Amino acid sequence: MGRRLDADFDMNANAQNYNPWLYRFVVVTAAATFLLLGLGGLVTSHEAGMSVPDWPTSYGYNMFALPIKFWKGGAFFEHTHRLLASAVGLMTTMLAVWLWFRDSRKWMRWLGVLAFVLVALQGVLGGLRVTLHMDQLGIVHGALAQLFFVLICALALFTSRWWNISVAAVCDRRANSVTGATVTDRRYKTLRGLVLFTTILIFVQLILGATMRHQHAGLAIPDFPAAYKALWPDTSAAAVARYNADRIEVISENPITAFQIVLQMVHRIVAAVILVLVAVCAWRAWVVGAPGTAPARIGDGLKNAETVLGAPVYRRISLFWLVLIAGQIALGAWTVWSNKAADVATAHVLVGALSLATGALWCAIAFRESVAAFQDRRTEDRRSPDVAALGAHTALAANK
Amino acid sequence: MKKMKFSPAILLIAMLASATTAQAADIIGTITLKGAPPAEIPITPLMDNPDCAAMHKTTPTTHFYVVGPKGELADVVVSLKGVTGKSTGASAPPAVLDQKGCLYEPQILAIQTGQKLVVKNSDQCIHNVHCTPAVAGNEEHNDAQMAGGADLTYTFPQPEMFLKFKCDVHPWMFAWVSVIDSPYYCISDTAGKFVIKNVPPGKYTVAADHRKLGSQTQDVEVKDSDATVNFTFEVK
Repeated sequence: MGRRLDADFDMNANAQNYNPWLYRFVVVTAAATFLLLGLGGLVTSHEAGMSVPDWPTSYGYNMFALPIKFWKGGAFFEHTHRLLASAVGLMTTMLAVWLWFRDSRKWMRWLGVLAFVLVALQGVLGGLRVTLHMDQLGIVHGALAQLFFVLICALALFTSRWWNISVAAVCDRRANSVTGATVTDRRYKTLRGLVLFTTILIFVQLILGATMRHQHAGLAIPDFPAAYKALWPDTSAAAVARYNADRIEVISENPITAFQIVLQMVHRIVAAVILVLVAVCAWRAWVVGAPGTAPARIGDGLKNAETVLGAPVYRRISLFWLVLIAGQIALGAWTVWSNKAADVATAHVLVGALSLATGALWCAIAFRESVAAFQDRRTEDRRSPDVAALGAHTALAANK
Repeated sequence: MKKMKFSPAILLIAMLASATTAQAADIIGTITLKGAPPAEIPITPLMDNPDCAAMHKTTPTTHFYVVGPKGELADVVVSLKGVTGKSTGASAPPAVLDQKGCLYEPQILAIQTGQKLVVKNSDQCIHNVHCTPAVAGNEEHNDAQMAGGADLTYTFPQPEMFLKFKCDVHPWMFAWVSVIDSPYYCISDTAGKFVIKNVPPGKYTVAADHRKLGSQTQDVEVKDSDATVNFTFEVK
């Protein structure tokens, strides 16, 4: 445990871990993954998921040799999605190999392996969704895509100059100059817990959204913020029959059900809860701040983690997160008002992915603070005469 | 002149045959709609597709409610409820579902269990024929069909109302095929009229199913002459 932490927080080791080309490659992979999420969103928004009935071939052709004349209609979105997925798979494989042979951090090497496994699993899930005619697999495929995107973004963070070279500042910090808070401060722990909980809730919300989208029934509730002109819609059998009789849909022709109406209501409520939670996180980030916002004593040529962006990191992250969530709610409303226009609905998916990634990265940064605090406490304990009296040989053994 | 001799057996058979034929009758009727249905909307995505737009001079609209000037309601599937195991689908001529102008024709179709359904592609572009049955025993299919490609043939062994056919390349294309377990069914025409032919004498429950308006039933007794039953659907 000590060795694993030391490898992460050794300044020299971390300086070696930073490889600008690796970092750039990870960022490009993350960008490609984001684009892939968008294409996948367009596939579902255009109800095109089954437009190419075979896999891994496409209309009987090798996927990479499908004639351009077939790149039309729904098949355009499905086929380009498959091609880009192949590219992301290749990039992820290269990334996993690069990390395995070049990164000294064991946990990073295994994260690379995890990324490879996830992208391979995604490919298989997407293919099986088509060949087995299983809409439920489409939901799993969509949810796993979000997790994969979060992982790639995290790898970008862990390979960044900011993360690697600012480690010394993390380890060297003692107190927050504004509030005097440390990582063990209860207010900081509360903020950290709130960020984690909100991030998990965002993922639950994404699953709700994926479930809604894969019903292929269009909008279960055609108005917003009301629901069938009420605060809570009538979901009796007679009412639902009336809703279906009144619906004239062009591309989403499954009848709506009471379950789908309730699902959308839950999605709306959870969105409001997330907005409140993210606002509270932002407020606490500004009030509590991050541990050690004062410049730390770090080696020459290194920049202070907290001031490298000109402002405390937590405040920037929290504001960005709040703007994302507010934008996401606006996109959700626009999705309803536009009768689920494909581009608007897809933008809603993408901003959801960014929201999840932002929360996850904040958690990773907050977790690093906690690991640093743990490391600091162990260092302080080793210096304590009480500990020395209890068993100096034990402390020394733990440091080997 | 020779006298013609008739075998008594032949005479008996002829009398029985004529008696049976005389007892079968039709169930006829009219279906009307009260109230104003929601307005149909233009299928704008069709015109955004160059291959499909080239086959239309104006933007086609949806037609969920095909209603005449006096409320005559078309596309209602009328059948005898509870009459099962009488299918003659295996020997019936194939029903045909065509894809023309990036639309299914007809949009509402009825066939028997075990009857062949032939799907044609009369367009100069690819379609995928994707049927999504909801009843266990009816198999889901999803097959690409090239322009000018071979017809696709399907059969469905289980009765099912409004089994959906769609094209995912052109996601506005839908058809609904009702699979009936007897030969006693029909679809109301644009005058709202329907005829179920050659129904043996007896008491029946006639079901009228509209994809948007739901289902209604009425009891009828078929004797020597045509039986009449009318339905009125209402938009609420």
